[in-house]
Amino acid sequence: MFEPVLLKNIDVPDGHLLSTYAAGGGYQALAKVLREHTPDEVVDTVKQSNLRGRGGAGFPTGMKWSFVPKRTDRPRYLCCNADEGEPGTFKDRILMERDPHQLIEGLAVSAYAIGAETAYVYIRGEYVTAIRRLEQAIAEAHAKGYLGTHILGSDFNFAIHIHCGAGAYICGEETAMLESLEGKRAQPRLKPPFPAVAGLYASPTVINNVETLACVPHIVVRGPEWFAGIGPDKSPGPKLYCLSGRVRKPGLYELPMGIPLRELVEEHAGGPLPGRKIKAVIPGGVSAPVIPEHGLEVGMDFDSLAAAGSMLGSAGVIVIDDSTCMVKVATRIIEFFHHESCGKCTPCREGLNWVVKVLRRIEAGQGVPGDLEQLEMLCKGIFGNTFCALGDGAAMGLRAALTHFRDEFVAHIEDQRCPFH
Amino acid sequence: MSMREKIEEAAARYPDQRSAIMPALLIAQRQHGHLPGAVLEEVADILGVERIWVYELATFYTLFHTEPVGRFHLQLCDNVSCMLCGSEDLLTHLETVLGIMKGDTTPDGLFTLSTVECLGACEMAPVMQVGDDYHGNLDVARIDALLDSLRATEGQRSSVEHASMRPTGE
Repeated sequence: MFEPVLLKNIDVPDGHLLSTYAAGGGYQALAKVLREHTPDEVVDTVKQSNLRGRGGAGFPTGMKWSFVPKRTDRPRYLCCNADEGEPGTFKDRILMERDPHQLIEGLAVSAYAIGAETAYVYIRGEYVTAIRRLEQAIAEAHAKGYLGTHILGSDFNFAIHIHCGAGAYICGEETAMLESLEGKRAQPRLKPPFPAVAGLYASPTVINNVETLACVPHIVVRGPEWFAGIGPDKSPGPKLYCLSGRVRKPGLYELPMGIPLRELVEEHAGGPLPGRKIKAVIPGGVSAPVIPEHGLEVGMDFDSLAAAGSMLGSAGVIVIDDSTCMVKVATRIIEFFHHESCGKCTPCREGLNWVVKVLRRIEAGQGVPGDLEQLEMLCKGIFGNTFCALGDGAAMGLRAALTHFRDEFVAHIEDQRCPFH
Repeated sequence: MSMREKIEEAAARYPDQRSAIMPALLIAQRQHGHLPGAVLEEVADILGVERIWVYELATFYTLFHTEPVGRFHLQLCDNVSCMLCGSEDLLTHLETVLGIMKGDTTPDGLFTLSTVECLGACEMAPVMQVGDDYHGNLDVARIDALLDSLRATEGQRSSVEHASMRPTGE
């Protein structure tokens, strides 16, 4: 059985308190790097671990850190993207509510590595419990000298500020999040320059996800070889999987990267509801193309899922069974993307509006011949032509539904009704 | 602390006052319930920023309300995971028992009913946020019990307010 690392404290009473975290070996990583390692050595350690960003894109974390200029006359910033908004995803909320010090230590070690003295945690405004727990934990860490000036007697100074989001999925896109932090509408920026060079307030900035940062202290304490030895070589480590939908045991599971999707759904999450059969699974939040039941042998890691035409994304695993209409699922997903489109670029703003109208018509039994071709034309017009990945995610998801479940779409149009109603 | 003091404290976290608009709007909304034009202008004046900067945020982010909302804002998630677990039936039930459609507020001003995108609590789908609290694993019975307890809370609050208005020594 896999021994949990990131979720070690989540069921421990008072796991959110510093005393509990410290009793389990917490803040040893921070003490170790401040005492024994240069910032560059910490960057190298994380590079050797092959840690890849858990926010969805899977970019190598150590490499991202190494893009920050060594010499700069501007302050460097670390930002934590805790604006968890990918439907089907709840891992960062639980990490922050139940073990906020793990994130704080991850932030401190990462800030030391990139030479930042200030971090902003951009957290969903809805996550009131997580916000309170994190505020309390930051105050505790200050009082104990893990944050502030001359941390643990070193020359390292570091402060963490919380910035509450206000309901904008687009903030998952890192430059949109930076715009939002600067007090503007969250719309993505033209790249380059990349944030590592000119990010927050045009200063060098690293943006990492909550789960990514939570991995860092463990890599420091247990060594990069330990981390790199879990799961596939190119995409290793312990991983949090969020199980939801039509499954017996929804919840947050920590297992090795690369575990087969079938094992995750059928063994760990208990399989389908009584009397039902699994029809499909969305493996990484609604941006990730749906995988039909016969494809569930795929490994849950960045490269295996990409090869299978989907993506790991945020590892929000949504289980769909034979009672569910795929046209309805697709419609709801595109309605979501349409609602969350920031409005900056035409293909996403207008294209998704059009797609929603066609999908609603089909689901309502009023589809007309040529609708599916029109949807494909619209996907082609959106994919690759938008400012950021939001439009791409919508188009990829719809294409997968049209490819794998075409017969359901056709039945809606031919019979002029939803067969599931 | 006054609203101004809270906003000034939040603004100290940033090198640029414009960054403080979002936290300031959240503080102002907590104080006033929603964000009418006069409040937006007050926020702009406290921070010393352009009013248009404040307006453009208040009208972009979904958590900001420029129109009044009820005492209890029922925010039912209808994204995929909750939909798969029955949120549509719960919406119909809420509309029926409250006698309003989604987006509306009950005539007594007690409840506003909205659907929202994923709340990030799919392990307890279907989920609804009311104020600061998440309520999960909902069904019709739990919704009814929740509405009863919210009405009771409001009843207590009104009677306390009423009592506090009485002359002392009564």
